[in-house]
Amino acid sequence: MTFLVPLVVLIPLAGAALALAVPGHRALQRGITLVALTAVSVLGIALMFIIDKTGPLIMQVGGWAAPYGISLVIDRVSALMLAVSAVVLLSVFLFSIGQGLADGDEETPVSIYYPTYLVLGAGVFNAFIAGDLFNLYVGFEILLVASYVLITLGGTAQRIRAGVTYVVVSLVSSVLFLAAIALVYGATGTVNMAQLTGRIAELPSELQLVLNLTLLIAFGIKAAVFPLAFWLPDSYPTAPAPVTAVFAGLLTKVGVYAIIRTQTMLFPHSNIDPLLMAVAGATLIVGILGAVSQLDVKRMLSFILVSHIGYMVFGIAIATSVGFGATVYYIAHHIIVQTTLFLAVGLVERQGGTTSLAGLGGLMRSSPIIAVLFFLPMLNLGGIPPFSGFLGKLGLFTAGAETESAAAYWLIGIGAAVSLLTLYALARAWTLAFWRPKMKAQETQGALRAASNEALLLREREEKLFERLQDAPDAMPTQERRGIPRLMIAATIMMIGVSLVLTFAAGPLFGFAERAGNDLTDHGKLASLVLEAKHVNGGSGSTSLSEESDHGE
Amino acid sequence: MTMPLVLVAVMVVMYTAGVYLLLDRSLTRILLGFLLVGNATNLLIFMMSGEFGSAPIVGGDDDSTMSDPLPQAFILTAIVITFGVSAFLLALIYRSWRLSRILEDRVEDDRDDLEISRAETLTTEEVTEEDLEEATEFEDDLPAGSDDSDDSGTDQTGSYEGARS
Repeated sequence: MTFLVPLVVLIPLAGAALALAVPGHRALQRGITLVALTAVSVLGIALMFIIDKTGPLIMQVGGWAAPYGISLVIDRVSALMLAVSAVVLLSVFLFSIGQGLADGDEETPVSIYYPTYLVLGAGVFNAFIAGDLFNLYVGFEILLVASYVLITLGGTAQRIRAGVTYVVVSLVSSVLFLAAIALVYGATGTVNMAQLTGRIAELPSELQLVLNLTLLIAFGIKAAVFPLAFWLPDSYPTAPAPVTAVFAGLLTKVGVYAIIRTQTMLFPHSNIDPLLMAVAGATLIVGILGAVSQLDVKRMLSFILVSHIGYMVFGIAIATSVGFGATVYYIAHHIIVQTTLFLAVGLVERQGGTTSLAGLGGLMRSSPIIAVLFFLPMLNLGGIPPFSGFLGKLGLFTAGAETESAAAYWLIGIGAAVSLLTLYALARAWTLAFWRPKMKAQETQGALRAASNEALLLREREEKLFERLQDAPDAMPTQERRGIPRLMIAATIMMIGVSLVLTFAAGPLFGFAERAGNDLTDHGKLASLVLEAKHVNGGSGSTSLSEESDHGE
Repeated sequence: MTMPLVLVAVMVVMYTAGVYLLLDRSLTRILLGFLLVGNATNLLIFMMSGEFGSAPIVGGDDDSTMSDPLPQAFILTAIVITFGVSAFLLALIYRSWRLSRILEDRVEDDRDDLEISRAETLTTEEVTEEDLEEATEFEDDLPAGSDDSDDSGTDQTGSYEGARS
């Protein structure tokens, strides 16, 4: 079964190469992308079942044994991440097809959109299956370079401005990560995570602390935890709706995944959990306060995204197998729900002509379907009982309460308050956009603007930017209302369906997540499996290809 | 593990200069800073390879005196990535410059941009002044004579007022 392991990266990369080879044929490119993403989704879900039965799949690329070669590892955590992100990529792609088809956007360089999207997927998957630090770095670089292209798609003034911030911040974090790898290699003589498990434990504790913090800062920028999250709400909202949705769903979670690996495989005995607790609390509070003060729905969602990263960091800081299990479930939930909300906002933007709450109103009458499509994930993210958001938070809080530490109790309190504030911010947005009569939109706008001078400036500026964006490829502010393609609605419904699966299949999925949590705390087992794994399959052709394509990026 | 002092000194200087340049507002300087910091990191990886020996080629010299090949593979990959990213950055800079050039023809937008950048990042006065100076520089480049620049001047203030009201 190990031959399945590199396929998750190879399929999107091969698809990207094919799509790049036929630049003029949009339908063909779309078909290739669709096939590749569907294949990876099926593969991801299949891998979840296989791995739950047989244990981790490990591939030694090129047949070189573990400490010398590159190991690709899929355990339960990676498999769940792979499945969820593949499904998200597929749904968002369907959404973007719907949007692009209806617009007939001639200016957008869609011929690079499809391959870049696939390369982004390949990077994300590569990061999830990486068994050594350097391959993780390569995975990060693949997805980052693809994201640079996607965030500046079309090259409008606003996107270039936001893109510059994003690119520079990402570059700094990449360099930090690379320097951290160099230090780890200097201290231990290896970058294979399995071997690092043993070797890092032998280092003096001060050195461990330095290495741990360097890695955490590098990943923290990517995961957007509190002091390092300033770039996210500025850069994400400017991209086209589908791109923002997929970034919000996946990219920060790759950072969180890397933090999980760091804390479980590399530094299982680290004593910085109190620091992580503090960071989690600050992320929760600062993020949600930012969200409450936003008028623009996309910006608000970006702040909520930052805030909810705090829950995951909290789960990592608990550092018990129950805590990790709950974190894994919460990540899966959050990837899906956050993406769905951004897709719903994409629909709102299309229907209402803007994402600013000052300009939205009366959508309930004109588009009741969108109202429902926004309402369900809103309740889910806010943690209303039947949905997966409630289950995820319940799991986290239970795991926190089991540790019986003061910090955990504090965070449970903060977490509950943040959950309420999330619901408040989203419900306010929903009420203003959908329930408010269209006529009153202008008056309320005045009242809200009087709130503070700074908000007024901010609002004016944003509206100016929106106006200027009028001929932008995908974002269509202040445009005539137009019919929403069925495919966009269908893609959003599909995502809501997936989030409902998380609710209805919560029993087995939580069981899966708990087993994944057990795997994570039992780091020695995975390490010995990786180190002992022999080269099973003879497909050296495909494996060397994977290495080549990695380096080609 | 001994490290050549010269390499350490070079790395430190490159990191220092690189970080200094990264903190600048000008995109070209950021690119240069990124190149310096990236290559300083490559040097760091290189120094982490322990004792330096002969070229790590199988069948060449004595195996025991070989350098560690792994860091060199890392550096090679990192160089390729840095190369790709800097190519993208160059394109980004060019696009950014072109946009500001185009906006320069309609000066009101540029004024607005400056206003935005000041409101947003709360930079020091100094930087904003610098940017303004650059704007006049571009204006001189325009083929049209002094009459046009006068017109654009009034346009500027007009739209500026409009933006604030």
